[in-house]
Amino acid sequence: MARYDFYGYRRENGRVGIRNHVVILPLDDLSNAACEAVANNIKGTMALPHPYGRLQFGEDLELHFRTLIGTGANPNVAACVVIGIEPGWTNRIVEGIAKTGKPVAGFAIEENGDISTIAAASRKAREFMQQASEKQRELCTMKELFVSTKCGESDTTSGLASCPTVGNLIDKLDPLGATTCFGETSELTGAEMVCASRAATKEVADEFMRAFNAYQEVIERHKTSDLSESQPTKGNIAGGLTTIEEKAFGNLQKIGRKTKFIDVLKPAEAPAKGAGLYFMDTSSAAAECVTLQAAAGFVVHLFPTGQGNVIGNPIEPVIKLTANPKTARTMAEHIDLDVSGILRREMTLDQAGDRLIDIMIRTCNGRLTCAEVLGHREFVLTKLYQSA
Amino acid sequence: MATQFIVHDKADNVGVVVVEDVKAGQDLTGWVMETDETISLKALDPVPLGHKIALKEIKNGETILKYGHDVGRAVTDIGKGRHVHVVNMKTKRW
Repeated sequence: MARYDFYGYRRENGRVGIRNHVVILPLDDLSNAACEAVANNIKGTMALPHPYGRLQFGEDLELHFRTLIGTGANPNVAACVVIGIEPGWTNRIVEGIAKTGKPVAGFAIEENGDISTIAAASRKAREFMQQASEKQRELCTMKELFVSTKCGESDTTSGLASCPTVGNLIDKLDPLGATTCFGETSELTGAEMVCASRAATKEVADEFMRAFNAYQEVIERHKTSDLSESQPTKGNIAGGLTTIEEKAFGNLQKIGRKTKFIDVLKPAEAPAKGAGLYFMDTSSAAAECVTLQAAAGFVVHLFPTGQGNVIGNPIEPVIKLTANPKTARTMAEHIDLDVSGILRREMTLDQAGDRLIDIMIRTCNGRLTCAEVLGHREFVLTKLYQSA
Repeated sequence: MATQFIVHDKADNVGVVVVEDVKAGQDLTGWVMETDETISLKALDPVPLGHKIALKEIKNGETILKYGHDVGRAVTDIGKGRHVHVVNMKTKRW
């Protein structure tokens, strides 16, 4: 077994997952209660309640479908039960997930009511859960791994050490054929030209700038003084970050020093150009971004934090690292890897990158992250505009 | 030797304090990551962990450089060794 190999679950379509979830997925807010009842009936399954799915239209509705289908299709999901208020849109989700070849079934509440729907969906979930429980892990290679990254509650230690540690990992995994992803369009403000210079081709750089400028237009339209202490956040400012530009340069350290990004993805869009680094157009809010990356098929997430963002995701394990010695001490239960030694010059960036690879592979092999054992399952859909 | 502040790039006019208890008047040792140089500086303000300290005199309106890049502007004159944050530095963007 090579140093970068790991034991994952190989799915029907050949993609590799590192978890084996059976998900009970609501199409819409109205179906959360039934999904939660099914997950309560059938132990080991997991409901993913969320607040949307009604009266959305246009691009916003397409993103809703892409996110839910992508979530069910993620290789960390062994099988999926979908429940919706009516059968039309429910089936659209089921058909989207079914393209992966994994077990999936849909149930609609209208003309049945919650109780009958819960009974029927529970019987199917029981079957899926027992099937999934027999699935064995197999030896997989780095070429089969999809890794995403996003940072949160950053401070200056993020830009000094924890984000560069992720960058060191990206630079090491890129030549091995891993598929990786970064996002946070608004949070590259000030560093956008440097980011564009890291695109593999001029076309990709132009596409990045288009996405960047479109996001700036949204911010310009609604902006307030200092963006209402949202960019940078109050936590960022407490941690010593003063401006969005300063935050952006810290953020960009996550893509390393050498790796070029090969394509620009829409929110929740699956990569289609093979191995390499992808930029995804996302919000910089942690749970929104990770939910979109998980829906695009990324199976393990690297999350540098400064002041101590506690985020997790229900289907994509979130590995947290910090270089802030105070956060490592006061919030130890949230931190999978402490790289504050870089600031004390006790650890090199290269050593920190290797330690992150080690903890990532252990996580891929089944080690639960801090966020998983603490029950952090932030599933937050991105909504582009008001419903009709 | 203990490092109390770190500078990303030789061109930067601010460094980042990386220990928890820097007091006004304290003599500090800094590390410039780009060049692996060791530099020294006297803090004129107490500077919390993670906060910036001016490495030289910075005039009102002058660009603050970190990572070797423009990360905002000074909105007052800032003395060498002073704490640099939201009271004396602002974004050029929004």
